[in-house]
Amino acid sequence: MKIQDFKSTNFRQMTEAKSKLIHTFGALAELGQEVASRNDFHETMRTSLHLLLGSLAIMRGGVARYSRFEHSMQLVAARALGDEFPLAMSLVQEDERQFLANGLVPIEVSQASVLPFVQVYDRSLSRTWIELVVPLVIRDEMVGMLLLGEKASGEPYSSYDRDIIASMGRHIGVAIAQRNLLADLERKADENRKLYDNLKTTYKDTVRAFAAAIDCKDRYTEGHSVRVGKYSEIIGQELGWGDNEVEGAAVAGYLHDVGKLTVERKIINAPYRINAKESAELNRHPAIGYEILLPIHHPFADVPLAAKYHHERLDGRGYPDGLYDRNIPYIAKVVNLADSFDAMTTDRPYKRRRPAGEVFDDLQRNSGKQFAPEIVNAFCRGMLKELTGETKDKRFRRLLGREYMETEGLVPMLRRALNGMSPTSPLTFINSD
Amino acid sequence: MITETETVNAEEKSAVVFASDYLNKLSGEQIEGECRRRLAEGCTKLVVNFSRTEIVNSIGVSILLGVIDSARGTGAKVVFSDVKQETVELFEMLGLTKHVTIA
Repeated sequence: MKIQDFKSTNFRQMTEAKSKLIHTFGALAELGQEVASRNDFHETMRTSLHLLLGSLAIMRGGVARYSRFEHSMQLVAARALGDEFPLAMSLVQEDERQFLANGLVPIEVSQASVLPFVQVYDRSLSRTWIELVVPLVIRDEMVGMLLLGEKASGEPYSSYDRDIIASMGRHIGVAIAQRNLLADLERKADENRKLYDNLKTTYKDTVRAFAAAIDCKDRYTEGHSVRVGKYSEIIGQELGWGDNEVEGAAVAGYLHDVGKLTVERKIINAPYRINAKESAELNRHPAIGYEILLPIHHPFADVPLAAKYHHERLDGRGYPDGLYDRNIPYIAKVVNLADSFDAMTTDRPYKRRRPAGEVFDDLQRNSGKQFAPEIVNAFCRGMLKELTGETKDKRFRRLLGREYMETEGLVPMLRRALNGMSPTSPLTFINSD
Repeated sequence: MITETETVNAEEKSAVVFASDYLNKLSGEQIEGECRRRLAEGCTKLVVNFSRTEIVNSIGVSILLGVIDSARGTGAKVVFSDVKQETVELFEMLGLTKHVTIA
């Protein structure tokens, strides 16, 4: 060869090597961007495979993700492997051991006939001219593998090619590892959510059981606690509270009379107006309820306060502490109305349920004295919505019965009550100190 | 439109597919889909025209390999036409020219 020819060949080879480097590094840079992107995982895998195959002009190939639960490689992206190529390939311990030991070093299929994996999938591998299997091992953990077919040039893979494959394989492996991590986190979050839901259900069941136990003590007011819970829930909804607060209001209603568990049954069930001593005994139930509920770690903070203050009045004439309006916890005001309304609309040992007209007159008259006006407002609004068909819910009907809800003139009665009430309490300025 | 097709000769069943200015995944997959459709229709000569194409990256190469593989499966001939010299060198370096005719 003449010196001139040698120089020319050498120059051409150098130019080609430079072009190859530029092409490959371009693919590596794009792969880095793709792996760091927030694209869909399968889309990322497809793009990554394109970049790998295109960087070295490999005719066909695939990316598989390892499932440690199923001990199998699951194909997540494929090019020109055909429809018959298996979507999942099982591995045995020997394969896993060998793959882990190899790390990102490509395994030549023709030299790896001892591997059970190659033996089992020999037909699929040879039919698609798969030449290399590259285990993707990231931080000593197997996350997947690459399957690579023949090069378009027909040349064997060079050591340069293998280095590029290992480098790009690492990027793809990291993307799979990140996806696995995310899947683990999602699984754990899901488990925690289920656990939390179970705990919540248990809590609700316990609360309902308590409510039933409280109501059992009083044969005349069967279902009272449950109804107060439901009325409180309706009020919370009408006041525009969030789901959690509404649930808290319901629980506060269910448990408001828990202190009655310690009051003698004969006092609770007395078919006459109880005397002063008995009344004092009965009036201890809010404070006792508070003592019972306080040590329990409720998901809703105000439950013990609702039990303690549900007999307080805005004008300070309630018990146990004779608190004024703004010193009474809001939840206690809600339960107070729900409790009073149920007491008025159910038969008691010494008196029959009161007609709707009287009840709403009472609510209107005592708005701002016993009851917070905006709570009475919310309650009446809720009932009106049901009566006028604005809501399809039949909550009041279920609690009060059809007959009561069909009382003549109930709608105008409620409208009058709503019009006659100021939306805010007139007593808010009273200094209770 | 990124890709266009035209039937050159109905008897020979040739088709020309115009590649876009930048052969990336989105435009490349459109071309691949179009080529496959033409091959499925019985096209025996597939011409990919690169007159508008400035850059072919690795994704583009992978797409073109897919076209070559599909054509090989049906026995169709693949021709790359109006390819820029730089791109021809890339195709030669990667061995694509062993499977296609450059025109």
